[in-house]
Amino acid sequence: MAEEAGTGLVFHPMEPFKIHSMFDGEPIRWFEFFVPTNATLWMAIGVVMIALLMVVGTLRRALVPGRIQSLAELAYGFVHKMVEDVAGKDGLVYFPYIFTMFLFILFSNFLGLIPMAFTPTSHIAVTGVMALGVFIGVTALGFMKHGSHFLNLFWVSAAPLPLRPILAVIEVISYFVRPVSHSIRLAGNMMAGHAVIEVFAAFAPVILISFVGVVVTPLALLAIVGMYALEILVAFVQAYVFTILTCVYLKDALHPGH
Amino acid sequence: MANETHAVEAAAAVAGHAAEAAEKGGMPQLDFSTFPNQIFWLLLALGAIYWLLKNIAIPRIAGILADRAGTITGDLEAAEQYKLKAKDAEAAYAKALADARAQAQKIIAEARAAIQKDLDAATAKADADIAARVAQSEVKIAEIRAGALEAVQIVATETATAIVTALGGKADMGAVNAAVGQRVKG
Repeated sequence: MAEEAGTGLVFHPMEPFKIHSMFDGEPIRWFEFFVPTNATLWMAIGVVMIALLMVVGTLRRALVPGRIQSLAELAYGFVHKMVEDVAGKDGLVYFPYIFTMFLFILFSNFLGLIPMAFTPTSHIAVTGVMALGVFIGVTALGFMKHGSHFLNLFWVSAAPLPLRPILAVIEVISYFVRPVSHSIRLAGNMMAGHAVIEVFAAFAPVILISFVGVVVTPLALLAIVGMYALEILVAFVQAYVFTILTCVYLKDALHPGH
Repeated sequence: MANETHAVEAAAAVAGHAAEAAEKGGMPQLDFSTFPNQIFWLLLALGAIYWLLKNIAIPRIAGILADRAGTITGDLEAAEQYKLKAKDAEAAYAKALADARAQAQKIIAEARAAIQKDLDAATAKADADIAARVAQSEVKIAEIRAGALEAVQIVATETATAIVTALGGKADMGAVNAAVGQRVKG
């Protein structure tokens, strides 16, 4: 099988994640930040879809909502309730920011499931900026609201006194790891799922090359379908996880201390 | 080639893909030359979404939800009002029904009393009539009886006179009258 596969099978699991200019298809250089790329295109499609759902879909302001307005209200209610439940009523001031991130991630994840599409959230640059934004914003907020009392977050007053310095070190480390795990979780999930589908997809045309394909091709197709279903779940769950973690961090900033 | 071995193991080993990708210049995710571009467009996209949500979508949806809650509360209140009204109407209806019934009873009683009165009057009149007629009849009967007695006496006297004459006697009117009167009386 190995020699047969070697003749025709080509693996490019990282191909869908490549970024290139929309004009010439060439990779962009570091100073060309204003050049629209495929990443730009799919972010723009996401913005347009969000506008269609949240703005155009609610144009009629129907008392009894239609299908699209129902979805818009559902999304609003979902995130609004999450912020209120996790961060508390005073967290609702920051609801627009959290809702913005939720919708961006959700639409990016789902649009990325369209074949040949690009997934902005599979890139650590994108998730990293958002996670850092949350981290810096929440930390600044904590100090602005509580001053030095915000440091109580690291001082576990419920623990026995001798343990507290050790716990404080652990708490500080875990606090600074937050943006890392926050961003890599999302980008990693999106990348891994797409890459695995890509690998299975590479196995799918084996039937054109070899007799072994009679077994391999149906299995590969089945695996793609299964992975795709899983990815649909992951697309939502990761948007949800990113959002709820943001709410948790916000809660820590608004109500520090254990 | 590395590709040949990958064909076998790649399905499971994500590390393998990374290694292969590394051959072609590493993961696109770690290509730092794309970072400024991605970050620039990301901030633009997030800014656009934020602007849309903050200025249009969120106030609008909040308004819709508030309107709906208000409408539902208002409708419930109106329903409560209607319920109270229905209850009042039912009470009024029951009262009207009871009044009507009482009125009907009263009218029936009055009618009955009036009829009874008329009936009594008519009965009394009829009784008086009957009594008068009875009296009249009795008078007539008495007259007839008296007349009959007189006729009997005359007939008896005449018969007695005729019998006495036929026997060849000479009727003494005084004696005959006395005898007849005695017999008729007795």
